[in-house]
Amino acid sequence: MSIKAENIKYIYGEGTAFVTVALDDVNVEIHKGDFLGIIGHTGSGKSTFIQLLNGLEKPTQGKITVDGIVVGEDKKLLSKIRQTVGLVFQYPEYQLFEETVAKDVAFGPANLKLSEDEINERVRDSLEMMGFNYEKIKDVSPFDLSGGQKRRVAIAGVMAMKPSYLVLDEPTAGLDPAGRNELFAQINRLHEKSGVTIILVSHSMEDIARLVNRVIVMYKGKVHMEGTPKEIYSHPDELEKIGLGVPQIAEVVYELRKRGFNIRPDIITVKEAKEEILREVRKRRA
Amino acid sequence: MLKNLTIGQHYPVESPIHSLDPRVKIIITIFFIVSLFLVDNFTTYLVVIVFLAAVIKMSKVPFKFVIRGLRPILMIILITFIINILMTPGKILLKVGFIKITEEGLRQAGFMAIRLTLLIMGTSLLTLTTSPIILTDGIESLLSPFKRFGLPAHELAMMMTIALRFIPTLLDETEKIMKAQKSRGADFESGNLVSRAKNLVPLLVPLFVSAFRRADELAMAMEARCYRGGENRTRMRQLKISKGDYVASVIFTIYFAAVIIIKIW
Repeated sequence: MSIKAENIKYIYGEGTAFVTVALDDVNVEIHKGDFLGIIGHTGSGKSTFIQLLNGLEKPTQGKITVDGIVVGEDKKLLSKIRQTVGLVFQYPEYQLFEETVAKDVAFGPANLKLSEDEINERVRDSLEMMGFNYEKIKDVSPFDLSGGQKRRVAIAGVMAMKPSYLVLDEPTAGLDPAGRNELFAQINRLHEKSGVTIILVSHSMEDIARLVNRVIVMYKGKVHMEGTPKEIYSHPDELEKIGLGVPQIAEVVYELRKRGFNIRPDIITVKEAKEEILREVRKRRA
Repeated sequence: MLKNLTIGQHYPVESPIHSLDPRVKIIITIFFIVSLFLVDNFTTYLVVIVFLAAVIKMSKVPFKFVIRGLRPILMIILITFIINILMTPGKILLKVGFIKITEEGLRQAGFMAIRLTLLIMGTSLLTLTTSPIILTDGIESLLSPFKRFGLPAHELAMMMTIALRFIPTLLDETEKIMKAQKSRGADFESGNLVSRAKNLVPLLVPLFVSAFRRADELAMAMEARCYRGGENRTRMRQLKISKGDYVASVIFTIYFAAVIIIKIW
């Protein structure tokens, strides 16, 4: 069970004067249970790529297989694929439209033609999963909520479809640090508790470093690098070249090593760095 | 789907017609419409067609673009044509059951169809050769004499400019919301008319909300830069009547006189 993208090519505006190759020969496999980060600059093709995963766009060449079903081959299976691969767009709060939070979250499951009991249960579960008190929030108008709350309601709306894969496009864009940490904690809990495969798209290295177990770096429509965060962040020069930074702490470690500090190269959290640096300092003193 | 949709059909090339002052073009277009209604026989249409063809040629707009402007009103032309054929009394040429086709009807129908076609072609030439922003500038300038009677000319023009400016933005937004709702299983493509209209709610509500939000933000941004309407406001693009405009006016006057003379004859 996995999502497989094979030799994907996607061209915008074919046959017009403005032809752009958004994706070029992309091969990616996303396994169940993964917590995958896709990172890349604006225009690197990451947003286009995730829209191919649930059949919103069709690749110009190549094919995407979701749990054995080829996306777009059978139009009737599209709704099944969209249920399997939940997609949370950037600024998802702009898609809220119902009178109450509960009704809005119920929109997805209702489209799946589930029974009323099942819908209600899913609405309650996914709202609670996103950290809401169901009884308190269910009859509130989504338009009366704060920005961060709206976003969590919108994500709950996708969660209520019980996707096996959840794709989040820049879920923390425009949130303050507190809101960002909270949302990431919730996403992390989601991954650990319900075992949903999560695909996190971002251009912030810091966010991705802490959470994911595999990173895909996209650059100019191609998969530029792939590996664990530690592997990726031990090449700061390479990342710098394509206009992406590394987490600050990885950069500190890299520079210290250059200046003769004998510490591990694959450090990505402040805690690890602290221990390593202290160890090295103590060794030097001795 | 929305990518193929072009609003405002401005065809940006350089031509003597494109560089005319928008006010001159608007007035000429109005009188062109008047001239069409003065025509009462097929021979005079020849004059109109020759004139219009010459203008199209000079504008460097491909002929098929001008024709394309007819597509949305093809139904209207067709319906007028049929109604005129069936409803005009006169010498009966053909009679099938209660349907009667008369000689006058046929004549009248052909006449109206040509008139409508020329009307649309002439007016679409205005929008094809003038960018929407310049067009609104022209409208504002033409309406400004009526300010004295309380007509908010500047505000009207500003509204039009803003509306035009936001068409692509809102189209983008529509596409985004559509995709987001599709990801939640919304279906915009199947079902009968009623259910389709109902399915649009998840699209329209967020779209309106965001349009209001954008309006608020824009108003705030304009106020932050001290915008306060038309009074004493100068503009970067000044409209100026040049030699070409005089030439165009003279040529058009000759055409207009010709149509009137043929009519009186």
